[in-house]
Amino acid sequence: MSKQQNTLMGWIDDRLPVTQTYEKHMSKYYAPKNFNFWYFFGVLSMLMLVNQILTGIWLTMNFVPSAEGAFASVEYIMRDVEWGWLLRYMHSTGATFFFIAVYLHMMRALMYGSYQKPRELIWIFGMLIYLALMAEAFMGYVLPWGQMSYWGAQVIISLFSVIPFGIGDALTEWIRGDFLISGATLNRFFALHVVAVPLVIVMLVVLHLLALHEVGSNNPDGVDIKALKDENGKPLDGVPFHPYYTVHDMVGIVVFLMVFSTVMFFFPEGNGFMLEYPNFEPANGLKTPDHIAPVWYFGAFYAILRAVPDKLLGVIAMGAAIAILFVLPWLDRSPVKSWRYKGWISRTLIPIFAAAFVLLTWLGTQPATDINTLLSRIGSVIYFGFFLAMPIYTSMEKTKPVPERVTGGH
Amino acid sequence: MKKVFALIAALIPAVAMAAAPSVQLDKHLTDLTDTASLQRGAQTYMNYCMGCHSLEHGRYNRVARDLDIPEELMMENLVFADKKFGDLMTNAMRAEDGKKWFGATPPDLTLVARVRRPDWVYTYLRSFYEDPTRPYGVNNEVFKDVGMPHVLGELQGRQVKGTAQVRVGFDTLTGQEITEEQDGVLYLAEPGTLSAAEYDKLVYDLVNFLVYMGEPIALERQRLGWWVLLFLAIFFVPVYMLNKEYWKDFK
Amino acid sequence: MSQDGVNKGRRTLLLGTTAALGAVGAGFVAVPFVKSWLPSEKAKAAGAPAKVDISKIEPGAMLVAEWRGKPVYVTRRTPETLGLLESLNGDLKDPLNTNKAQQPAYADNLHRSRDPELIVVLGVCTHLGCAPKYFPEVKPEAFDANWKGGWYCPCHGSKFDLSGRVFNGSPAADNLVIPPYSYESDNVVVVGVDEENA
Repeated sequence: MSKQQNTLMGWIDDRLPVTQTYEKHMSKYYAPKNFNFWYFFGVLSMLMLVNQILTGIWLTMNFVPSAEGAFASVEYIMRDVEWGWLLRYMHSTGATFFFIAVYLHMMRALMYGSYQKPRELIWIFGMLIYLALMAEAFMGYVLPWGQMSYWGAQVIISLFSVIPFGIGDALTEWIRGDFLISGATLNRFFALHVVAVPLVIVMLVVLHLLALHEVGSNNPDGVDIKALKDENGKPLDGVPFHPYYTVHDMVGIVVFLMVFSTVMFFFPEGNGFMLEYPNFEPANGLKTPDHIAPVWYFGAFYAILRAVPDKLLGVIAMGAAIAILFVLPWLDRSPVKSWRYKGWISRTLIPIFAAAFVLLTWLGTQPATDINTLLSRIGSVIYFGFFLAMPIYTSMEKTKPVPERVTGGH
Repeated sequence: MKKVFALIAALIPAVAMAAAPSVQLDKHLTDLTDTASLQRGAQTYMNYCMGCHSLEHGRYNRVARDLDIPEELMMENLVFADKKFGDLMTNAMRAEDGKKWFGATPPDLTLVARVRRPDWVYTYLRSFYEDPTRPYGVNNEVFKDVGMPHVLGELQGRQVKGTAQVRVGFDTLTGQEITEEQDGVLYLAEPGTLSAAEYDKLVYDLVNFLVYMGEPIALERQRLGWWVLLFLAIFFVPVYMLNKEYWKDFK
Repeated sequence: MSQDGVNKGRRTLLLGTTAALGAVGAGFVAVPFVKSWLPSEKAKAAGAPAKVDISKIEPGAMLVAEWRGKPVYVTRRTPETLGLLESLNGDLKDPLNTNKAQQPAYADNLHRSRDPELIVVLGVCTHLGCAPKYFPEVKPEAFDANWKGGWYCPCHGSKFDLSGRVFNGSPAADNLVIPPYSYESDNVVVVGVDEENA
C-alpha cells in the first residue's frame, strides 16, 4: 500500500471501522474448507435479491399502479420502453430463481443440521425472510392486474375471513381496503411490495448474516471447526472466506446464471408455471378463470390448504405447515448435526420429506381432482409426520461417530 | 339423414361429442421467421377483425418494422381512419355498443395467443358451424355458445355439424383410406370462396400474426439468449481456473 | 496449509482475465438499465412530425398547430406587413438573426421562413415560456403606439414582430424559435421534418 492510501484508509478507519469490518466478515472470517454444492445457495439467494431490487426499481419507473393503468403499463414496458421486456423477464424469472435458491438453501440446512445450537437464531431469521419473501412475491404477482393477479388475491385474502367472531370479515375488508378486490388493494400492495417489504427483507438478511458470522458456518459433516485450532488461533479446517470462497462462489454464480439465462431467454413463461397464461388477460371481477392456481413456489402450502375439506381447518393446517418450520431447532433432538452421521430413520425420512414437498408443490398448481386431493393428503401426512415424529426418532436412533476433522473439502 | 362423404384431412378436428370431455385441438406449427405469412396474417386481421377487435397494446410502426412493410404501403393498406404511423392500434368500437350487439364486448386481441395458446385459436377459427338457435346463426365447437359471428364464413363456406364419414386410418395394402361414420362431426356442406386448404392457410397465417402480436420481441429474445450463453460459457473458463488455482493452496 | 511456490504470475493472469471479462459482462448488463431511460415509443410517437394543411389560411390569419407538446403559429402575412418588416430593424434586439440557434438556415432571412408569405414559428415566448398573443393589425395598441403587427406576450410584456423578432425593451432576449419544417406539397407543411430531420 502506498503512503497516500495508508493515510486515506487510516483516516477513514479512525472514523468508521471499514478495514476491521472487512477483515471480520471477509478476509479473516474462517469458513470450513469442505463446503460442497449445497453451500452455493446462500450467495445465490443474495444475488437474486439484488436482481429483484434492481430490476424492480427500474420497472417502477414505468409501471402505473392503478387498476385502470396497471395491465396496459406492463405491456407498455414490454413493447414501448427500450429493453423494458428484458427488465420485466429478469424480474419474473428472478422471482422463480429466488425461490429455487431459497428452497435449496433451506434443504441444505435440513441435511446438515445448520439450524441446531448455536445457530437457532440464524434459522429463525431465515424463516422470517422466507415469510417476508412469500408476502413480497404474492403482492408482486397482484400488480400486473391480470386475471390470476385478481383472482389469486381474491382467494388468498378471503382466507382471512375464516377467523371467527366477525373478526375475519372485518380483517378481510381492512386488508382489501374495499368491499371487493380493487384498485385500493393494488395501490397499497404496490407501496408494500416496492418499499416496505424489501426494506424488511434487507434488514433481516443483514441480521441473518451477522448471526451467522457470530457463531461461524456449519459444514456438511456438522463438525465444529473451532474446536481444533492451530498455534495462531486459526481453525485447522477453516479457510479465509476471501479470497477462497469469493472465487469459489463465482463459479457457482456463473453456472447459476447460465441456467437462469436459458430459462429467461428461451422459456420466460415457464410453460405457464412462472407467468400463468390467464394473467395475460386483464382482471375481470365478473369472470372467474377455470383454474385458480398459485405460482409454483406457493404450491406446497396451497396443496395442504386444499387437502383439508374444512375451510377453517385448511387455513390452520396451511399456517401450521409454515409455523412448524420455525421450531425445527427444538424438534431435532439428535446429538449429531449432519445426516451423514444420523441414524437410518433420519437418513430415510429426509429425502422422503423432500420428495413429498416437491410433490405437494406440483399438486398445488393442478386442479383439485379426486386423485390429486388424495395425493395431497398423503403428502400432507408425510410433511407433518416428518416434523411431529422428529423429537422421537432423532433421540432414539443410533447415530454414527462424528469425525474430529472435516472430510472431503478441496 | 343425408350422409356426406367428406374426406377430412388430419388437420380438421374430428370431434366425437360424447367421447372426450374437452375438444381435441389441432397443432399450430408457429413460425415467426416466415415474414410473408405474418404479412398475410396482418392483412387478414386488418380487413376482417380490426373492426371489432382492437390491438390496443401494439403500434403500427412496430408491426411495419418487424414485418418488413414500408411505411407508405403500411399506411395505404393496413392503417385506416385518421390513425398515424406511430399510433396504438385501437379501434372505434365502444365497449357499450359491442356488449349490446354481441352480448359481450369483443375483447382486445393483442395477447390472445398468450392467453388461449396458438393451438386453441387455430382450431377455434376453423370450428364454427351452422346453428340456427344462435343469434348470428353459428356456434363453435371449441367455444360453446360464443357471441362472435363467423366473420370468415364467406371464405370458409358453410360448415355444419352432423354425421359424416371420417378418415380413421389408411390401408397400406390397398392404398385406400379407411373411413367410418361418426356423429357430431364438423364438415363443409357448401364450399366458400376459398378451398379448404386455402382457408386453413389463411387461418394459419392469421394465428401466426397473433402469436407475433402477443410478444413481438420473441425472436430477438432468443437471438440474444444464444449470445448471453456463449459469453457465460467463455467467462466460465477463467473463473473456474481461478478457483482451482487458489484452492491449490490446500493441497 | 499454504504452499510456497505459489505461481503469482498465473494468479495475476487469471485474476486479470476474470476481472476484464467480468467488467465486460457488467457493461452488457448495464445496457438495458441505461437504455431504458431513453424516450419510449410513446414519447417518440407524441414527438412525431405534425402535418399542417395551409390551404385555408387567409392572408393575415394564423393557425395554431401542435408539435412536441408546443404550440406552432402558422401565419400567412400580407404583402403590406411583409413590406414593413425591414423598417422595424432599428427597434429590434436581433434584427439580422445573429443568434443562429433560433432558426434553421433556410429561415435565416428577413421573413424568417422558406416562403416569404408563410411563417412557421413556435408560440413559446423566449423569456419564460408563455404563449404570445397574435395582434395582426397595423394599428396603435395599448402596449405600442406604433404597432406594425406581430405578437405580444401578456405575461411580462415581450413584443415580437411578424417574423417573430424580439423588440427592444422586452424582457425576452431572443427571437422566437423557428422549428424544423418543410413543404410536403403546396398545401401541406410538415413541422419537425427538414433536410436534417427526416
